[in-house]
Amino acid sequence: METTVTDLVLILASTVRLSVPLIFTALAGLYAERSGVFDIGLEGKMLFSAFAAASMAAVVAQSPTFGPYAAWLGLAAAIATSILLSLLHGYASITQRGNQIISGVAINFIASGLTIQLGNAWFGQGGRTPQLPNSARFTELTLPFADALRPVPIIGPIYANLISGHNILVYIAFLAVPFTWWVLYRTRFGLRLRAVGENPGAVDTAGISVTWLRYRALICGGILGGFAGTYLSIAQSASFIREMSAGKGFIALAALVFAKWRPVPVLFTCLLFGFLDAVAIRLQGTSIPGIGEVPVQFIQALPYVLTVILLAGFIGHATPPKAGGVPYVKER
Amino acid sequence: MSAPYGQLPRWVEFGLLPLVNVVVAFLVSGLVVLFIGVSPLEAVGYLISGALGSGEGLGFTLFYATSFMFTGLAVAVAFHAGLFNIGGEGQVYVGGLGAALAALALDRYAPWFVTVPAACIGAFAFGAAWAFIPAWLQAKRGSHIVITTIMFNFIAAALMVYLLVNVMKQPGTMSPQTRLFDTGAAIPRLGWLMQLFGMKLGTAPLNLMFLVALVAALLVWVLIWRTRFGYEIRTMGTSRTAATYAGIPYVRTVVITMLISGGLAGLMAVNVVLGDHGKLQIEFPSGAGFVGIAVALMGRSHPAGIVIAAILFGILYQGGAELAFWVPNISREMIILIQGLVVLFAGALENMFRPALVRLFARRPQAAHKAA
Repeated sequence: METTVTDLVLILASTVRLSVPLIFTALAGLYAERSGVFDIGLEGKMLFSAFAAASMAAVVAQSPTFGPYAAWLGLAAAIATSILLSLLHGYASITQRGNQIISGVAINFIASGLTIQLGNAWFGQGGRTPQLPNSARFTELTLPFADALRPVPIIGPIYANLISGHNILVYIAFLAVPFTWWVLYRTRFGLRLRAVGENPGAVDTAGISVTWLRYRALICGGILGGFAGTYLSIAQSASFIREMSAGKGFIALAALVFAKWRPVPVLFTCLLFGFLDAVAIRLQGTSIPGIGEVPVQFIQALPYVLTVILLAGFIGHATPPKAGGVPYVKER
Repeated sequence: MSAPYGQLPRWVEFGLLPLVNVVVAFLVSGLVVLFIGVSPLEAVGYLISGALGSGEGLGFTLFYATSFMFTGLAVAVAFHAGLFNIGGEGQVYVGGLGAALAALALDRYAPWFVTVPAACIGAFAFGAAWAFIPAWLQAKRGSHIVITTIMFNFIAAALMVYLLVNVMKQPGTMSPQTRLFDTGAAIPRLGWLMQLFGMKLGTAPLNLMFLVALVAALLVWVLIWRTRFGYEIRTMGTSRTAATYAGIPYVRTVVITMLISGGLAGLMAVNVVLGDHGKLQIEFPSGAGFVGIAVALMGRSHPAGIVIAAILFGILYQGGAELAFWVPNISREMIILIQGLVVLFAGALENMFRPALVRLFARRPQAAHKAA
């Protein structure tokens, strides 16, 4: 009993850790796509901002004045980078009315190539950034009483290992979900953002700039993308590694579709996909009684398979924002 | 899209504008090279001499170009129907399975001219099959083909890793790959072609599939511009409602177009699996499916443009490897950046320079019109 609880708590804690980058990135995509701009470039934003965070933290880590704030400066650099990529995407797909998907693909390539190239030129470690000391990272926080409560059965391990013991970005991720819900459904900006994704013509008629609104949505996405990258490189690990986003941006995209472009379901879908990832890591090479060895690849492919099945309309129906992917042309 | 900007003469529309876009992409790449402290001219020198300076270099260049022609054509065929097939990478991967199964079944009993066509059929069929589900879902259930093809890339990767690790691995070895193919599955290399130009192919894996790719480009041109089905594809790509109104069946057109697209991507696997590696191994497509997107955009989805763009990317891949070898500050991934910039400027920002060109050239066709 005791070990099962501990085991379960460990898997769930790992689920939480693995789902954080998905939550940030899927929410980033949510702002963009609800405003009518498809964002395939999520992966690239995550990767590039991970690089920016790790580079900035590595550069300032030893400085006496900035050293103590290295992690936060890393986060700022990551957010700035991610916003720049968002603006590039916006310039191509809103201002120049280019193909949003092609623009996203371009951003992914650019991020993939430029991070390794710059990392190699700056740090000379084949695309890696230098290993960071803990003072330059977001490290685990211990919530009050975590150690005192640990011996208590069931509640103890849950509080000490599942709720406590994460870095601050994890808590920000979980707060970002209700915040996004509030922005989207309870503010004027959110109402307009949803409207511009469904019927930009109506928004334009109301005298609101479609262009500026979509740019702002992309900037929101950029900020969240920066958090996702920061989490990867200076919270979950201690340096940037080439291609470290490893398709997480696309899993987040799948989660966004799976959640039908709504913030609260995004949270649960990301937790589900994170859980599958945690289970896949956990089951590597072990065999379950009665089933035998479950191929890890099967569990890894499950998020994508589930998303395709959902898209096919076999479990509910995922309707994307109506104006998604279509550049807005003002009537002449 | 061109209407609000005014009409451009054909040579500007199809020659100058794409050229300007690509040149800008390369100039920006040059700035990045300059930024990391390497002279761009020196870099270009290494690149060109590495890619074209020797028979072996040229052989590698054309070998890469062969792969990119197939994946570029695959993307282009789908583009003409207004479909964005991002799933080339997965279709290549699964196509490799088809090619390898044919090779493994025949290589000990049949000569190459039996095995290789069989492998081509296998690769085409498997690649097409992998494109079928996203196509069918797009046509029948309205699932966005971009999302489904992306998902299918990852599903293909998982499937192939599973098959190579658990099913197809040679017993007694650790690495996830099949056994080496026998001589019956060796595609003839094009040493004679290089000798015509007085060059030696060396170890470069340039093989018969290069000529197959050129034929495929020709066939795609015939299909798109000289057949009834090609007309239907282009009509649907221009306006789906118009196509439906004209009685062009949506489902059939989408599915067949995607089968052709996936099949072309699958064919690329023959070039690499049979033509170079001689075995099926993990991650053999190594991004060539995505290069196809850049190639198709740069080539404006026209087979002639795609052949040129594919050769250019072949130069980049081969020359880039040489460049990374000689200049330590530049890594091979520089090519991915250039690829991204080409996609950005030739694809997403394709109309950025149009207004300027319209100001320069838009009057000319009217003048020519009056003269005529």
